[in-house]
Amino acid sequence: MRLKKPRLIVTFHTTTAAMGMEIACSRAGLPGRLIPVPREITAGCGMAWCAPPEAQADLEAFVTKENITTAGWYELTL
Amino acid sequence: MIYLDNAATTLKKPDCVVAAVTEALCNMGNSSRGTHDSSLKSARAVFAARSSLAKLFNAPGPEQVVFTQNSTEALNMALCGLFCKGDHVITTALEHNSVLRPLYRLEDEGVISLSVVPADRQGRPDYDAFSRLIRPETRAIVCTHASNLTGNVMDLERVGAIAKSHGLLLVVDASQTAGAYPIDMKRMNISVLCFTGHKGLMGPQGTGGMCLARDVRIRPFKVGGSGVQSYSRAHPAEMPTRLEAGTLNGHGIAGLGAGVDYILEKGVDAIHAYEIALAKHFYEGVRDIPGVTVYGDFTNWNRTAVVTLNIGDYDSGAVSDALWEDFGIATRPGAHCAPLMHHALGTAEQGAVRFSFALFNTLDEADAAIAAVKELAQCD
Repeated sequence: MRLKKPRLIVTFHTTTAAMGMEIACSRAGLPGRLIPVPREITAGCGMAWCAPPEAQADLEAFVTKENITTAGWYELTL
Repeated sequence: MIYLDNAATTLKKPDCVVAAVTEALCNMGNSSRGTHDSSLKSARAVFAARSSLAKLFNAPGPEQVVFTQNSTEALNMALCGLFCKGDHVITTALEHNSVLRPLYRLEDEGVISLSVVPADRQGRPDYDAFSRLIRPETRAIVCTHASNLTGNVMDLERVGAIAKSHGLLLVVDASQTAGAYPIDMKRMNISVLCFTGHKGLMGPQGTGGMCLARDVRIRPFKVGGSGVQSYSRAHPAEMPTRLEAGTLNGHGIAGLGAGVDYILEKGVDAIHAYEIALAKHFYEGVRDIPGVTVYGDFTNWNRTAVVTLNIGDYDSGAVSDALWEDFGIATRPGAHCAPLMHHALGTAEQGAVRFSFALFNTLDEADAAIAAVKELAQCD
């Protein structure tokens, strides 16, 4: 498996919200990509936004500004 | 062939729709079922279509756009999921069976009581009746945006204002107007807008949906796979997942999204103006032909591009068949699933022949249809 490193994980209630995050971040040039929700957060399926931890402040401000609904913010070593 | 049955389904689709469906069939996985590229391609196409539809209808946002198989499914989901025992509902004589039959069933099951706003011989609704029929237990007005039989458009700003002033839900069947006539959910106070994808929106059959105002909650018609919250016993409560269970028609939705983007680029006003010019040309060419009776309100052109007529007392099916066999013109005869409207027009027995125009029709085709009606009327 690949080398683990700290990652910021943002979860959503719906795929639609996750896709909204991807589009908005892409347009704004903010880092990250969609990954399966890690089991450390919840078992099952679903998508999460994975970004470098140092981007948290920018992403939090951006999500508030864009009115994107998130379910949770986590820092995990994955 | 001259295809003038666009109120049933638009036959010719923009090239971008065909390309989008082909691309989807070749490359799209299952939306909301993983994060590999194929799945994300599908999820992106679905999200893009939601966003475009929200923009087209001025809906609250992409999360308030729900995909279904067609308008009928959306209307069934809305009507069966909104009303409780004892509710009173107002509908109109302009409705298609996709509205009437779910309401009749709810009435027969003792869930709702139902009142119908009547229409006159020109198919115009009695707007004063909406307020007159309201009772303390009235919960909603359910109405079409335009008659699929006459092309008469309902003044939704007027109906929406009545609904708002009495605290009622307004559920709209936009099957005949989505993509072909301006719709603004906020300005019209629409609570639930039900649409189909394969008519004015120029998408594939098997696509449709509904847009919900932010404060409207519908009990899910079906629950099941959602791609999220898999270990929860209950289906997710958040929109739009709340009302979407199972794999979406991603391939179709990709085509629908392309159709909506095409419309946004062209402009609904411009599309409506073009289609109405064809309908008006046809109407003016046939209205004075001896033996021809045209149905509907043509005192103004705030209507859809539908012209419905009969020739003498000929069966509408025989006229439509002659148009097809002898002139290669495709029209729709019969009852059009609009029984109350036919009763109002006095055409329940004869039916009527509907000519419906769309963006890819031409003036030459309208002229050919006029000539065909003239010739058939001369044989009367």
